[in-house]
Amino acid sequence: MSFFLNFPLFIIILSLMTAVTSSLLKEKAARVLTLALAAVAAVLNLLTLAYTAAEGKSFTYLMGHYPHPWGNELKFGILEPLFAAAFAAVLFLSVLGGKKQLDQKLEHSKGRFYYVLCDLVLVSLTALVYTNDIFTGYVFIEICTLSSCGLLLIRQNGRTILASVRYMMFSLIGSGLFLFGVIFLYSLTGHLLLPNLKESIAVLNASGERRLPLLAAVSLITIGISVKSGLAPFHLWMADTYGAALPSSSGILSGLVSKGYAFFLIKLVFDAFGPAFFYTSGVQNILFAFGVLGILLGSVGALRENNIFRMNAYSSAAQIGYIYMGIGLSATMGIEAALFQILTHALTKPAIFLASAGLSDSAGGAKKFHNLQGTGFMNPFAGVSFSFEAFSMIGLPFTMGFISKYLFGMAAFDSTHNKMIPTLIALALSTILNTLYFARTILRIYNTPENGGTVRVPIRQQKNFFIAGSLFALANLFFGIFARPFIAFLADGLRIF
Amino acid sequence: MKKSFKDRLQAWDSGQFELGDALVRETDGRRPPEKEEDVSWAHVPVGRVSQVERRLFRVLYPVLAGLLALVMIAFLLFVVEQLPAFGDALSPANSSEVIKRYIASGLTETGAVNIVAGIILDYRAFDTLGESHVLFTAAIVVFILLLAETELPDKPSDRRILMDDLIFKKTAFFLSPFILLFGTYVILNGHLGPGGGFSGGALIGAGLILVSMAFGPRVSGRIVALKSYRRIVLVSLLFYSLAKGYSFFCGANGLHTIFRPGTPGRIFSAGLILPLNIAVGLVVACTMFGFYSLFTRESV
Repeated sequence: MSFFLNFPLFIIILSLMTAVTSSLLKEKAARVLTLALAAVAAVLNLLTLAYTAAEGKSFTYLMGHYPHPWGNELKFGILEPLFAAAFAAVLFLSVLGGKKQLDQKLEHSKGRFYYVLCDLVLVSLTALVYTNDIFTGYVFIEICTLSSCGLLLIRQNGRTILASVRYMMFSLIGSGLFLFGVIFLYSLTGHLLLPNLKESIAVLNASGERRLPLLAAVSLITIGISVKSGLAPFHLWMADTYGAALPSSSGILSGLVSKGYAFFLIKLVFDAFGPAFFYTSGVQNILFAFGVLGILLGSVGALRENNIFRMNAYSSAAQIGYIYMGIGLSATMGIEAALFQILTHALTKPAIFLASAGLSDSAGGAKKFHNLQGTGFMNPFAGVSFSFEAFSMIGLPFTMGFISKYLFGMAAFDSTHNKMIPTLIALALSTILNTLYFARTILRIYNTPENGGTVRVPIRQQKNFFIAGSLFALANLFFGIFARPFIAFLADGLRIF
Repeated sequence: MKKSFKDRLQAWDSGQFELGDALVRETDGRRPPEKEEDVSWAHVPVGRVSQVERRLFRVLYPVLAGLLALVMIAFLLFVVEQLPAFGDALSPANSSEVIKRYIASGLTETGAVNIVAGIILDYRAFDTLGESHVLFTAAIVVFILLLAETELPDKPSDRRILMDDLIFKKTAFFLSPFILLFGTYVILNGHLGPGGGFSGGALIGAGLILVSMAFGPRVSGRIVALKSYRRIVLVSLLFYSLAKGYSFFCGANGLHTIFRPGTPGRIFSAGLILPLNIAVGLVVACTMFGFYSLFTRESV
């Protein structure tokens, strides 16, 4: 076995140990460790990716001495290391870009815990992406839930406590439903490892026995995960959550945590439920319907908002709607589009939150649009960064947003009639609504300020944000322009998933 | 005054007006604060809500939530009723190859007489590694929450009242050594019989809390100094990760570990299970006692 296949294990063990060690370190050391860890994780994932892509097949990795169905396992082909690397890189950039706000707004007695929680988010996402065992998935969902609540709570004011209680409630409901589903599946099949679950489910499905419990288990798991991701109508916590948190936390929560759950669901669809069963079960139609609903509710919510962070949060809800719409559409092109959308949103939304924080800080912490007038001139880089990422969200050509909308469109034409029309309508409507609320924001920030504030925030005062924002934008352009080979790569990954 | 669509669009564009305003009137006169950091506003919803809506919400919400919960309960009961019966020897959960191998060769493969210990610390050790870090994560989040309030309440706490209670003190004096001893036994015996790190750790944690409640932190600090709790957790978790990382690495690469099952039934047997049980036990005990100390405002 190649040494490259050991890297996922190394990343998981290393991140657990970093998290534990950081809890006794000073704030600065903990931050350096977190950044180093995320960078190392991204590189190691890419090395694994290089190996699996060259081999062109997927591998199972024993976590111990016993193969499935007895012992825990990891399984990875192309998609797992790719997404784990992307998540690690986005975590790195979110923490790096939000350094200024972290320095200003974190209480220093608690600073190191913030980075402990970042490490824990990283390890839980990595394990969620790589695992071949549904219960391991649940354990790391728990870590992810707790640590993302901590990321909100760390800045204690009235709003964040309220927001994190709300977030916790929704998240725990999701975890609970997921756990019910796992219990049902176990008592139906006697297995927890994904390959054995898939076999048993196929047998059960063919025999037609215990159809209702099987459907109930699959839908509970699916719904549980989508509630945790914030699929409409369970998206209302997002506005409070992202509106009150630090920009790095918002970036990590919206760009990574909800995406990690979505990726895990896709993995379950392919490895545990089996696409053949899932796409005839009817659960996919529910996901599709709620995805479309999420796009519309999220966009309308964003349109109504008067607070830039809450607007971003609603826009996240719409983007998550896209992902679930894609999962519901079809097992091939729909999932491809959903995967691409996960990457698009993971690379765009954290940058938007960082840029919004830059704009808001240059206006003395204002969040309402009429107080943000002219901030695009006061903090030029944040303005440019926000505008660029907004263009990507709207879906202008050469950005990832365009490609992902294109992929959804193609997936719609590829699918049945009764899904094609709603998808196309949702795409068109949401593009118009996206344009409306982002164009309005861009107009506001480039409007001449009423009181003529002329405080300028040059790039040299925000080097970290400059680096992170530029890298986010460059990555976005890169995948937006060289989309075709990348989509082919994703399709390869999906084949060996 | 009626506004034209154009006026509204302009007002919306300039950010002075939310679309929601047109639908909902603000009646109680309390506008949400501009700075959201204001704690006293925490309970005020951000959107503007009229009194009628608020009253309607107060009635409708519990009714609808109760209905939803009832529907969910009925649905889940209905599904459970259709599952294979609990305890049925032929049900998939009781007759699959998984459980058969655990029972048939668990003893020889892991060396643990207690099959459950063999499953959670050997076959499915990755889950348990994650699970012990769930505890750690929870401890960190509680720490963040409780670290915020710096001023201590000056009134006599419940603990003080308990400390003056002679019966409680004497009972604790006689009971606590046995509780601590029994906890240690449950941990060390985890691979030989019922028990293990989680249950034994909970016992020790409860014993420490009892000592601290009865005699104050100074006495419980004599058993283990307060400051060392975090270090104990840290060392246990690091040991756990390293040991299991090594074991996973060897397992995946087809290498033999230095840990052997040994003679089942002996105290030093079952390879890594005994040290891991000790590590888990320490983490659980220290986390429990740490929570207690945090809630009673003694620093850990």
